[in-house]
Amino acid sequence: MTMQTKKPATYRREIYQRAVVESFVKLNPRLMVRNPVMFVVEVGSVLTTALWIQALLGKGEAPTGFIAAIALWLWFTVLFANFSEAVAEGRGKAQAESLRKARQDTPAKKIGSNMKTFEHENVEFETVSSTSLRKNDLYLVEAGDILPSDGEIEAGIASVDESAVTGESAPVVREAGGDRSAVTGGTRLLSDWLIIRVSADPGQGFLDRMISMVEGAKRQKTPNEIALNILLAGFTIIFLVVCATLLPYSLYSVDAAGKGTAITITVLVALLVCLIPTTIGGLLSAIGIAGMDRMIQRNVIAMSGRAVEAAGDVDVLLLDKTGTITLGNRQAVEFIPVNGVDVKDLAEAAQLASLADETPEGRSIVILAKEQFGLRGRKMGASDEAPQGMHFVPFTAQTRMSGVNFDGITIRKGAPDTMIELIQSNGKVPSDLKPSIDAIARMGGTPLVVTKNNKALGVIYLKDIVKGGIKERFAQLRKMGIKTVMITGDNPLTAAAIAAEAGVDDFLAQATPEAKLKLIREYQTGGRLVAMTGDGTNDAPALAQADVAVAMNTGTQPAREAANMVDLDSNPTKLLEIVEIGKQLLMTRGALTTFSIANDVAKYFAIIPAAFASTYPVLTKLNFMQLATPESAILSAVIFNAVIIIILIPLALRGVSYRAVGAAQLLRDNLLIYGVGGLIAPFIGIKLIDMVLVWLHIA
Amino acid sequence: MNLNSLFQIILYVVVLLLLAKPLGSFMARVYQGERTFLDRVLGPVERFIYRIAGVKADEDMDWKTYAIAVMLFNVLGLLAVYVFQRLQAFLPLNPQGLSAVTADSSWNTAVSFASNTNWQGYGGEVTMSYFSQMLGLTVQNFVSAATGMAVLVALIRGFVRHTAKGIGNFWVDLTRSTLYILLPLSIVLALALVSQGVVQTFSEYKTVALLQPTSDANGNAVTEQVLAVGPAASQIAIKQLGTNGGGFFNVNSAHPFENATPFSNFLEMLAILLIPAALCYTFGKMVGDTRQGWAILITMTIIFVTFLSLAVWAEQSGNPAFTKMGVDQVQTNINPGGNMEGKETRFGVANSALWATATTAASNGSVNSMHDSFMPLGGLVPLFMMQLGEIIFGGVGSGLYGMLAFVIVAVFISGLMVGRTPEYLGKKIEAFEMKMASLMLLIPILLAKVGTAIAVVTAAGLATIWNTGGPHGFSEVLYAFSSAANNNGSAFAGLGANNPFYNTALGICMLFARYWLIIPVLAIAGSLVQKKKIPASAGTLPTHTPLFIVWLIGVIMIVGALSFIPALALGPIVEHLMVIGG
Repeated sequence: MTMQTKKPATYRREIYQRAVVESFVKLNPRLMVRNPVMFVVEVGSVLTTALWIQALLGKGEAPTGFIAAIALWLWFTVLFANFSEAVAEGRGKAQAESLRKARQDTPAKKIGSNMKTFEHENVEFETVSSTSLRKNDLYLVEAGDILPSDGEIEAGIASVDESAVTGESAPVVREAGGDRSAVTGGTRLLSDWLIIRVSADPGQGFLDRMISMVEGAKRQKTPNEIALNILLAGFTIIFLVVCATLLPYSLYSVDAAGKGTAITITVLVALLVCLIPTTIGGLLSAIGIAGMDRMIQRNVIAMSGRAVEAAGDVDVLLLDKTGTITLGNRQAVEFIPVNGVDVKDLAEAAQLASLADETPEGRSIVILAKEQFGLRGRKMGASDEAPQGMHFVPFTAQTRMSGVNFDGITIRKGAPDTMIELIQSNGKVPSDLKPSIDAIARMGGTPLVVTKNNKALGVIYLKDIVKGGIKERFAQLRKMGIKTVMITGDNPLTAAAIAAEAGVDDFLAQATPEAKLKLIREYQTGGRLVAMTGDGTNDAPALAQADVAVAMNTGTQPAREAANMVDLDSNPTKLLEIVEIGKQLLMTRGALTTFSIANDVAKYFAIIPAAFASTYPVLTKLNFMQLATPESAILSAVIFNAVIIIILIPLALRGVSYRAVGAAQLLRDNLLIYGVGGLIAPFIGIKLIDMVLVWLHIA
Repeated sequence: MNLNSLFQIILYVVVLLLLAKPLGSFMARVYQGERTFLDRVLGPVERFIYRIAGVKADEDMDWKTYAIAVMLFNVLGLLAVYVFQRLQAFLPLNPQGLSAVTADSSWNTAVSFASNTNWQGYGGEVTMSYFSQMLGLTVQNFVSAATGMAVLVALIRGFVRHTAKGIGNFWVDLTRSTLYILLPLSIVLALALVSQGVVQTFSEYKTVALLQPTSDANGNAVTEQVLAVGPAASQIAIKQLGTNGGGFFNVNSAHPFENATPFSNFLEMLAILLIPAALCYTFGKMVGDTRQGWAILITMTIIFVTFLSLAVWAEQSGNPAFTKMGVDQVQTNINPGGNMEGKETRFGVANSALWATATTAASNGSVNSMHDSFMPLGGLVPLFMMQLGEIIFGGVGSGLYGMLAFVIVAVFISGLMVGRTPEYLGKKIEAFEMKMASLMLLIPILLAKVGTAIAVVTAAGLATIWNTGGPHGFSEVLYAFSSAANNNGSAFAGLGANNPFYNTALGICMLFARYWLIIPVLAIAGSLVQKKKIPASAGTLPTHTPLFIVWLIGVIMIVGALSFIPALALGPIVEHLMVIGG
């Protein structure tokens, strides 16, 4: 489906190669200053490098090798952080490039705006460049053409290959009017022709926006990221003060104790870098980009990082019944005969009436009859007579029924009110017909009445089939504190029955676009965040109002414009995954922040005894990690601090695992892993690095 | 810890927690403008005050108006205290004929009392006239405490109200805090203290014959002494209740006229933490979920008891240096044992350590023993309690709003960990709140650390560090700045602080620590009050559970420890290692 699954090995190597180069490019202070934590590390690196040069000139405050090692690892710290960001961006860039190929300059068959007729044969056009097309221009595309721009279909029906955008190779049908009238520039027409009205100027089309989104070129920090950045900057300032004031404290102590030397700038910088939250500071932007990328991997294009973040906060999901909660179509589940008719006769008649009915409902009737009574389509039931002289009557809006005529027999099926009229005009309505109809409606089903020669045979029970596993999914959502609301055009009785079966928390029956909008506003006034999916033009106002709005890619242009995410697979169940990705994004930030800060405790135990060893030798009692020398202790802490960034890159890109459990349990688990783990891990890590340094005779 | 100490500590904590609920719910009624049993007496007084002051009691202020009112009121208070001191020679109620206080000391004291710090660079009985003590200092004891409570209540309203602008009326909050809470409690406590022998008089100092005549340095016989007296009980009651701590006499509550008996000692200790503890319940009550208040109170209590135990243990273990001198510090049935240097025999180790911990946990700062004489770890406890930011109970009002800044930070990180934009009590914690909460964490740390740094490298700062030649002198300076930068006011002593350098530097610390925190608090209130209230669900981070309490303790300890461990390592920690290492 997406590009990266095709050639993973080379794809990955390319990304890493490019990321290595990018890590150096990103050292530019003007770029670094956007990330205060890492900017401080860069300044520290420059400072220690200067001290190293000073040491080379013979005026070093500490052994030259030691300063060089510290400076080197500080540079690594910055580079590792840059690398994480570059890798995250790299994935998006690779994808953007293949998208860009689809957006080449293509010829467009522009039609004059004075066109009166939209008939293919009579259209006159001139071929122009796609870049000269402007909003509201008209153009023609024919089989084999690449669509030059986004637009709305004015006339025609055609199959379109949208794989350039969606990665899905199966062609989709696009037609004028209705909910499938939007087309995307860069896709290819496979058959027929279309006349299209341009909906976006060059450079502002859907594909262009998608490219800039996946590329992260216009990536802006999201509100939550900004808040976290402020906290991290706060911690950085605190540690800056802690380290800066340590110099006067040390000077005083040397004086008071009457021995030793004051703490060196190199050690102070090392301590500072170890203390400020470099782990989260270095990985923060990678986490954000990766969150967006995970959306893209699931074929969802988020129009802003803010939308991804908001997805984690959603407390109400508005779900369309059809396609999300139930399978798209109703299925026949029971034949209910009336007036003493044999159920087999009813099934046979129903099957015959549906033979030519290609709707899923019709097919399900044929199948049910076959399964229950062994009746096989195309055969006249038990008599085994082939129905040669059959004349099928299709459904029309006027008759509102369908059926079949053969051998002077007329069989019809249709909605109860029309059918009852038909029966009444030819005789008496059986007394048990109405109760059967009502019973089905109460159970959330749709009744279809079947007649033979205008006499009632019985009722077919068509049922909405709730998707398998959806009930469990909703139960999970409830545990996560998310309320599910089913939106349906059905009457309240039917809606209630399906809602109960699917296990949603609430439902909106006989939903109109206005009612939907009103519902969203009500929830929002109550302080809740609402997510919904939609595809039709009439969904647009509700989509625009919702906090997280996912438009189906098959939907109309207005729907896609109003939404802040587009699902290229057009799968309404995707909303649930989107929520999880949003949560994962925030959780990864929280977990790594906790880890980063918890790490500091161990670093103190490594550095403080080492830093003041000459003034107060008694402080070595705090060195219970038994680190070899003051130099090795400080260097080990710095190396651990740098290496942990690299180790955690996969976690930052993948996100911490999310399970659908309550907030209390999530917090407990994450605190154990990242809080307690963050306290313990560096003790082990620093000790190991120290042992390696000793083994290598570096310290 | 021996049984006697254990019993005293348990008794103290139990009584404190038992009083939290009744007093807390009473205060909630006061702040919500509901009827209380004091209305009949105080209602007319309250209305009279509003009438003469021209206060429109039902007028709601937005956060900026509220902040301006707080600032104006405090600046005026500060100026008044300054002027009273400078002019006290010309003002009444000065039976000793004390002359004007110096400019730098007056500035320091004015800031100190207006900011609820009550750092005292001066000795009360030889410096302040009764007029300065009563109309200057005691008035500030009331209104600086009431200011803290008012600001807290404004913040609570930020959580309670939604999609609104107003956070209450400062003048009403100030008046009701003073009239309904501080004044009645002070009257009760003052009377109880007088019953125990604490003095309350306007007469001049008494000259009495010595029971045991002695001789001075020149060998002249000394047969009589001057006993300083004054209206002490009334000032001590509010000094304790309002977490002020500014003693009437120089040695504060170690003075028998200020703290006469073990029972008066118990009452005064109880008064230190009484209102800060009860305000937690008030908070829970006002936000409509008392579990939230209890969670914070339990957090405070756990940290308090842990450090208290460390202090008692350190003091009870005695001083190896005394052991070498042949002093018996082992506890037996007739010898309470422990390090008794600088402690009153009336109170002993347990009550001295308990007072020291309570007075620094709350931003009180009164003392009944000399912290400078504590063992290194015993002294580390009060020092670290202040450095945590005066949030373990903390000052009246200010302690809880400081704690709420930590709660906001804790909620922010843990909220992320459950995958939602963090929210507390239904209010989203976003960039603005983080900015203000970070400031609240940062400012006291910055002031304490930079202040100490300047003092230990400048000649003026070094000049009055009497304890040279080791880490103890450093601890003393660190203590002084930690105290001022967190509006505590207690002193390690051993440091000459009544001179232009320390008076000015500490004054600046106290000023910024108080008002630069009040503004962010009110800004948070102003931001929260405009937000929608999000109903809680299973996806909401619960902030009343044991897990959250553990997490909150973790955040407080880690921020405190990470900020101060390097400094502490060069002070009490290395001193401790030296003492035990011989």
